[in-house]
Amino acid sequence: MRPVYWLAALPFLGLLGGIPFANRVTPFVLGLPFILFWIVVWVILTSVIMWVIYSLDPANRGGEPR
Amino acid sequence: MNAALVIIFAVMLLALLLGLRASRGRDMDLEQWSVGGRGFGTIFVFLLLAGEIYTTFTFLGGSGWAYSKGGPAFYILCYGALAYVMSYWLLPVIWRYGTEHRLVSQSDFFSSKYRSPYLGVLVSLVGVIAMVPYLVLQLTGLGIIVSEASYGSISSNVAILIGTVVLTVYVMVSGIRGSAWTAVLKDITILVVAVFLGLYLPIHYYGGIGDMFSAIQTARPGFLALPGTGLSASWFISTVLLTSFGFYMWPQFFGATFSAHNERVFRRNAIALPLYQLILLFIFFVGFAAILQVPGLKGASGDLSLLRLVKLAFPPWLVGIVGAAGVLTAMVPGSMLLMTSATVLSNNVFSVFAPAATQRQVGNLARALVPVLAAIALLFTFRGGSAIVSLLLAGYSLVTQLFPALMASLPRRPLVTKEAAATGIIAGVLTVAYLTISGSTVATLFPGLPQWIKDLNVGIVALVVNLAAMAVVTVVMRALSGAGAGTSPAPIPAREPAGAGDRGRS
Repeated sequence: MRPVYWLAALPFLGLLGGIPFANRVTPFVLGLPFILFWIVVWVILTSVIMWVIYSLDPANRGGEPR
Repeated sequence: MNAALVIIFAVMLLALLLGLRASRGRDMDLEQWSVGGRGFGTIFVFLLLAGEIYTTFTFLGGSGWAYSKGGPAFYILCYGALAYVMSYWLLPVIWRYGTEHRLVSQSDFFSSKYRSPYLGVLVSLVGVIAMVPYLVLQLTGLGIIVSEASYGSISSNVAILIGTVVLTVYVMVSGIRGSAWTAVLKDITILVVAVFLGLYLPIHYYGGIGDMFSAIQTARPGFLALPGTGLSASWFISTVLLTSFGFYMWPQFFGATFSAHNERVFRRNAIALPLYQLILLFIFFVGFAAILQVPGLKGASGDLSLLRLVKLAFPPWLVGIVGAAGVLTAMVPGSMLLMTSATVLSNNVFSVFAPAATQRQVGNLARALVPVLAAIALLFTFRGGSAIVSLLLAGYSLVTQLFPALMASLPRRPLVTKEAAATGIIAGVLTVAYLTISGSTVATLFPGLPQWIKDLNVGIVALVVNLAAMAVVTVVMRALSGAGAGTSPAPIPAREPAGAGDRGRS
């Protein structure tokens, strides 16, 4: 288990654990209800986190495997 | 025939031609027809997997739930993202094993891992049964699109029939390569259509997206968040978790997984797919825009909200383009579902009971099963009445029952025996069937519990039953083999479950 893999727990914390706290319509952020804004931010962060994991994961180094 | 219908039928024809072109000049044995000869790179696999995401479910069901339920619809945006996170580790393992053993289906995977073709039969049947509501949902969507675009001249049942025939012919001629090419066409169309509608409609009717949400909040305070009871935060969390576990348990995903040419394809896709999900946001916007413009669609009719609003706002030719995008979102996943069900029934059920059958016979049977399965789905569709999202959730509850057995099979040597895996799956599926047929929820089963537990997705109950059954069988079998070891001259090690002896070299 590589330490960088632990980053993958963050989307679960944000999108599951965070929901009871983010469950509100106001304040609107960028025109979105707060809960929707929260989810969108976390979906984007999920991509970023997976990119970080991908670039630090030695399994993806070297030439294209066959 | 109006302009909308002309465009929709033209696109159906185009999809058929693409399918024909894709299959021409190749010898379509089962491996070619179902996993494209395992030659697909990042982009094709991306499109096949993404193609599974942007189905009628998201197009009509996503906007339909935004329209009729509000905040709870946002769950659709979450479960995919979490499933992609898991896919980074899950799919390469499945792919590696599948490629090594030349597997073409999910049932192959279970049969091979647990060394039991009958477990493969069980998994096939669960998968095919779970795919029925999913297929019904695509056909319902096709029907809604064609009949709405006909402005009343084609009844919904005739529309569903037309859609089914087109889908069946399409699958029979093209196989997975046809799906991949049509997926390209579909994803471009849906991207353009969703973004255009999701921006234009709120601006046109409300002056902007923020203004639209403020207007909804004024008219129906709290509708845009999760309610305190029912579809509450605990429903949301349990549903997202359950559906993200079930995400890759769909048999058609396994087929698509084996079509990749290396495992890095999946890790790359895990980065891009969450972002790609955000197109859903625009689909939600359309459903929300419809709330105050085309009010009064009750229950399952909420699925009509997108098309009703589009008809209100645009001339027929544009309705046709939107409808055509919708048709493609039903055809690509619909064809994958039909093809996968047919392949597993013939390859993993028929062949087990008729081991003498040749590869050619199995392949021919798979093709022959396509219209049969389509006809069965058609019958269920005609009985209809469920909202698109409810249909998908029913399928998910079933298919998620394969998750514990799959996870237990991933180590080099499965953690549980084939008997334990089978008992868990059967117990889980029976629980789902009972809960669905009796219309139970956690609240009706355990009325005394606190509200947040009562709101949990009822699929969790089935999953718990499944795990418990698996654990009990594992413990009992270990105890039995341990007791047997005492009297046996050559004792079996206590940690070795019975029946595992033949699995040593896996």
